[in-house]
Amino acid sequence: MAVAVPTTESLATSSTEILPTASTPAGGGGFRSHLGSLLFLLPGAVWLAIIVVYPFIATVVRSLFDASGQNFVGLTNYKAIFSTTDIIVSLKNNVVWVVLFPFLVTFFGLVFAVLTERIRWSTAFKTIVFMPLVFSATAAGLTWASIFFIDPHTGMVNAAVQGVSNAVSPPGLYPIDPTTGQTVAGLAATGVQSGPGGTLESKTTVGAGGTLELGLIAISPSELQQNGAVVAVAPTATSGAVTGLVWRDFSPTHPTQRGQVFPDEDGIPGLHLSLVGSSGSATATTTTATNGTFKFDGVGSGNYRVQIDASNFHAGFSGIFFLGTQSLTPTSSLSPTEQAILSLPIVDIAMIIAYLWIWAGFAMVVIGAGLAALNREVLEAAQIDGASEWQTLRRVTVPMLMPVLVVVFVTMLINVLKIFDIILNMAAPSSQAGAATIAVDIYNEFSSPTGQGLAAALAVVLFVLVVPAMLFNLKRIRG
Amino acid sequence: MSVQAASLPVGAQAKKPRLRLRPTRLVLNIVLAAIAIFWLVPSIGIAIISLRPNSAFEQSGWWTVLTAPAQLTFSNYQGLFSAGFKPGQVLDSLTTSIAITVPVTILVTVISSLTAYSLVFGRWKGRTLVFLLIVAMLVLPLQMALIPVASLYKVVDTSTGLHLFGSLIGAIIFHVAFGLPFGIFLMRNFYSGIPHDLLEAGRIDGAGEWTLFRKVVMPIGIPALASLAIFQFIWVWNDLLVALIFLGNSSHITLTMFLYGQTRALANNYYIISSGAMISIIVPLIVFFAFQRYFVRGVLAGAVK
Repeated sequence: MAVAVPTTESLATSSTEILPTASTPAGGGGFRSHLGSLLFLLPGAVWLAIIVVYPFIATVVRSLFDASGQNFVGLTNYKAIFSTTDIIVSLKNNVVWVVLFPFLVTFFGLVFAVLTERIRWSTAFKTIVFMPLVFSATAAGLTWASIFFIDPHTGMVNAAVQGVSNAVSPPGLYPIDPTTGQTVAGLAATGVQSGPGGTLESKTTVGAGGTLELGLIAISPSELQQNGAVVAVAPTATSGAVTGLVWRDFSPTHPTQRGQVFPDEDGIPGLHLSLVGSSGSATATTTTATNGTFKFDGVGSGNYRVQIDASNFHAGFSGIFFLGTQSLTPTSSLSPTEQAILSLPIVDIAMIIAYLWIWAGFAMVVIGAGLAALNREVLEAAQIDGASEWQTLRRVTVPMLMPVLVVVFVTMLINVLKIFDIILNMAAPSSQAGAATIAVDIYNEFSSPTGQGLAAALAVVLFVLVVPAMLFNLKRIRG
Repeated sequence: MSVQAASLPVGAQAKKPRLRLRPTRLVLNIVLAAIAIFWLVPSIGIAIISLRPNSAFEQSGWWTVLTAPAQLTFSNYQGLFSAGFKPGQVLDSLTTSIAITVPVTILVTVISSLTAYSLVFGRWKGRTLVFLLIVAMLVLPLQMALIPVASLYKVVDTSTGLHLFGSLIGAIIFHVAFGLPFGIFLMRNFYSGIPHDLLEAGRIDGAGEWTLFRKVVMPIGIPALASLAIFQFIWVWNDLLVALIFLGNSSHITLTMFLYGQTRALANNYYIISSGAMISIIVPLIVFFAFQRYFVRGVLAGAVK
């Protein structure tokens, strides 16, 4: 007779029958009178009848009535479910969760359960992975929201991406932010025009011994201060060299006057410049000094332009909004309904990662208990016969574990069909609608004065989706 | 089984010595250590965020603590607690969460044991049918009951003046109902393992059913009751949906509702959210570490909810 609750185990030693099977009392015993037994049954039965069974039937009936509950409307609420774009989005999200999550969590649970059997500190590992299971999805959602913060200064994932991005292509000293409509061309003020490939170049050409004054605007004083800018100095011509100045062509005392270097205007230091010949290729490079002056020495004959490199204005990585409305699949050209069905919101993936963090420990412990209960002789026999660890795992362990894997899979399937709190707490306000699921819709419709009929119909849909799992459990428990 | 396996034809493969490389073990340990760290990082992160002043939060990531630990402070917690027991504040929601979770846990364990006793040791017909009904209810979405129960509560409110919708009692009643199927399932499976002879002996000595339940079955069932109680406690403590539905318009909110409300505030209030989240995490964490083995049992038995 299998007892559902094993007598001794913890995370350290989880081994015993974990699949409870129905067992009928072995006859004998029993109440002397039916009255006694009914008295014991009464509190539970009444409670369940009033708060579970009656409401279940009432909800099915309610789903056939309109929002007020007064008028019978047949299947109208159900038709509304499948024709309302917002609800189709929710059904789509439920599908995403159902397709990805139960499989992934079972996989991770299996991998962790198998691997921890081979290390000495398996109890510590199991405790660490299992711990998030006792956190509320609310707290876990908020925690993971902080990990996915968009600002690389505070969000860990974006900070990591920024670290890699900056190593590959470092941002310039004067980054422009295209998201606010800034352009490189917009920086040009005096003697400068936009050049090829996001550069700026001098409007006029110059030969050896010539000078150039290049004025830029829309450079913030704080950036200049950071880069150690001092008052701009007009360039002096030097034979055999091209000299010049790049300065911030904005004087607070003469705010409308351009092209003239005033004493309250700073040079722009640290700019990477190239001397470009008529062929279009750079013959020399230099960097502006703190007062904005520059000098190309040993310039040969011919005419040149001075180019301000695009790298100076390169904006570094500024963060991906993982919890926003962006979709992994490009669907902007499609109709709203097609978008609702086909878009795969990034926020779904972010939430699935967070949910895996919560539930992988559950899968690991349940599968680990099943693993510990396996017939060791079969595994040893396989190894004696020369099967590698991988072959044993694939051909022997996993098939023998299949019943437990299916239980974990189905349990997680039911769980994500009802997924609710992680969405409310993790998706950004802007992406709440795009990340909603049936359970979220039910809550929203329930709270809306006109949504009760629809909420009831959605609940029935949710119930119908759970029915296969319910039948699975019934079959399993009857044996 | 082993005989059969041993008699299997031995292939060429079998003669190869099995590779048991030390480096593999090292790699495995490193990989699992990396996973363990990955699993710890979110908890450590939220804990550190809760210990940093809000000004620091906006300027730099929590990991900068590694180089500047001096920035840690309890000021966020002081701020939360200084608000006192005002409705809508942390301490009030902490007590609200306790006021819901404790009665639900007690009621579910007691009623489940009674029902399970009747299902296992009762002699009435239809016990199997009732048990299968209970199994079906295990996965029933509680959304199927929200609207009618809310209406029922409102009817009771107007006809008797009793306050159910928007009161803790209403939330407790609902929680108990949806905790019972799992409780009955778990206790019934445990009681099924108790030999009936034990009760027969008591009956011959003239003990009544109530005495048998209290003196024989309940003491044996204590480990299962502990699992159920802990499981139920954490389940209800972490609930957001039921609380939102039945307490959404009330002045008293649970901890999860408090946190959810803060996320909707659209303000830069992560100093409140992080420390509030820590307070909500601490309680189940203590329960988990104190009663780990019972909780794991409950999880294993409940791999259906």
